[in-house]
Amino acid sequence: MTTLTQPAKITLEKNIADKPRTLWSDVWRSFRRHRLAMVASVILVFIILMIVVGPLIWTLDPEYIDIVKAYSGMTPDHPLGADNLGRDTLARVMFGGRVSLLIGITAMAIAMTIGTLIGLLAGYFRALDNILMRITDLFLSLPLLPLLLVITLLFRDSLRSTFGPEVGIFILTVTVIGALGWMPTARLMRGEVLSVREREFVVAARSLGAGDWGILRLHILPNVLSPVIVSSTFSIASAIITESALSFLGLGFPPDFPTWGRLLFDGKDFLSLTPLMVIWPGLLISLTVLCVNFIGDGLRDALDPRLSRK
Amino acid sequence: MTQYIARRLLTAIPTLLAISFLIFAILELSPADPVGNLPLTIPAEVREQIRETMGVNDPFVVKYIKWLRQFLINEPINLFEKATGITLSDSETRLRILSWQTRSPIIDLIIERLPQTLWVVGTAYVWAVLLAIPIGVISAYRQYSIFDQIGTLISMIGFSVPTFFTGLLFVIIFSVQLKWFPSIYNTTLRVTDFESFIAQLRQMFMPVAVLTLFYTAQISRFTRSAMLDNLGQDYIRTARSKGVKERYVVLRHALRNSLIPVVTLIALGIPQVFQGAIVTEQIFRVNGLGQLLIIAVQSGDLPTVQTLTFIFAILIVMFNIIADVLYAFLDPRVHYS
Repeated sequence: MTTLTQPAKITLEKNIADKPRTLWSDVWRSFRRHRLAMVASVILVFIILMIVVGPLIWTLDPEYIDIVKAYSGMTPDHPLGADNLGRDTLARVMFGGRVSLLIGITAMAIAMTIGTLIGLLAGYFRALDNILMRITDLFLSLPLLPLLLVITLLFRDSLRSTFGPEVGIFILTVTVIGALGWMPTARLMRGEVLSVREREFVVAARSLGAGDWGILRLHILPNVLSPVIVSSTFSIASAIITESALSFLGLGFPPDFPTWGRLLFDGKDFLSLTPLMVIWPGLLISLTVLCVNFIGDGLRDALDPRLSRK
Repeated sequence: MTQYIARRLLTAIPTLLAISFLIFAILELSPADPVGNLPLTIPAEVREQIRETMGVNDPFVVKYIKWLRQFLINEPINLFEKATGITLSDSETRLRILSWQTRSPIIDLIIERLPQTLWVVGTAYVWAVLLAIPIGVISAYRQYSIFDQIGTLISMIGFSVPTFFTGLLFVIIFSVQLKWFPSIYNTTLRVTDFESFIAQLRQMFMPVAVLTLFYTAQISRFTRSAMLDNLGQDYIRTARSKGVKERYVVLRHALRNSLIPVVTLIALGIPQVFQGAIVTEQIFRVNGLGQLLIIAVQSGDLPTVQTLTFIFAILIVMFNIIADVLYAFLDPRVHYS
């Protein structure tokens, strides 16, 4: 018995002496054990590096037209081939990735902000609960993709003329995807807040004279953050897919402004001539979404101690 | 139970009214013009008269109520007349919701296109249910086995890879390279003999396969986690210790209980079938409801978009109620009162 307790005590003291274990170091430790999520993170970091740093190394202009090289296969000049006008696919895919990822992240941020706010308010203030949840239910009953298409079509011209074709469409796409994507987060947050609201530490804070906003910000929000983090990863994935679907249906960015979805849309008419035009952007969308989803799975397991297996 | 259903149906009415108002309001902001498609030779004042007779300049509320009356009263009466052959009073003068593009009643357009959507998307959905449940059950029963790991990976891929990419990949592989299946769905094909039946099967294969992969991934993931929940329960151990055969433990005890949430999920997915997979129909040129919507959106045909979107919303609300009722019906632990 004593021989068993002795080493345990030593490691415990060593741990305290080294540095304190924080929530994030624990999350990282258990995240590392999720093999697929780790592989996915490595691939995602690679994709991001390629998109961000790549154009500095591969300096070919994505809009440079070299009609002689049209439909070129994979050659040293064009490692991923060239499109119907001889534009370099590698350069276009890297440029398109920047736009697609930026849209995914921005739309996610909008959806998360609205969702978190509504969830917090509905869960904490009883007076608001009913009305906010009715609104959430209403939004959940809307046919989302049809509505997305319609709104994009309606407002694209006015936004285009005020902000220019690229920025206008960017603002529109991001806002619409964000504004129609907050409902699951709001529901999730409300449930979490409801379960935290009556805990002792909240009662203690209130009895010490903390105001509602202080309690929400300092005591409740940090305790309900982990589901938000998990759902934000899935939200990036779905925003990327939604943007690509919009572009694919011809309602996204203008033709000379490549995003992954737009590249697929452009390439689908040349399937028999050069399938590479479709394969690369499609592969990148799929790989990115797959990685983000796996990371989400890993984070969920890591952040929720009840789910961690064995 | 009856009381619960009645209450749900009653609360659905204000929800649907709010949705219809929202859809109508968003679309009213649109700059689309009903006479935009008419020949340019028509002089401006005649155009203005046409607009006037179409009620474009009416106040918003008047337009909304008119549309609502046509949708909720005139169209159902019309459907009833068609179905039974009984003619009610003023069937000639009754106003119907007309498409700006084709100038024909939208409900007729929808009825024309519904069969294609139901055939393609519905077949895919049925296949997905038939495939997903066994896959989910085996994956859960042999958790962490090779089958489970491959199944989980494939379902994650099916879940993450968008249909517009799988669709194009299928076209590249099966129609461009192998030339097995046509890449375009021929909607004029009539199944009259064995040969045309085979042709129909061949052209349905790719869209159905793409959608089946997508739906199977979702349902099998869900089935797996529901089965895992139930296999860890005490009553399973009790059943085993009583000496119940393993087959019965899995199929009678665990599966029956796991199917409760799965059935709900399947019910919730049915509105998607009617919406027609918009993207997939676009790739394979299936002239279903999804394609009707896209064409209407692209040509600014407001009444068609309004009507279609509202029908989709009704389906979503209805199947939400059906799913809840089904849940209460199947699971004796759930009581709605």
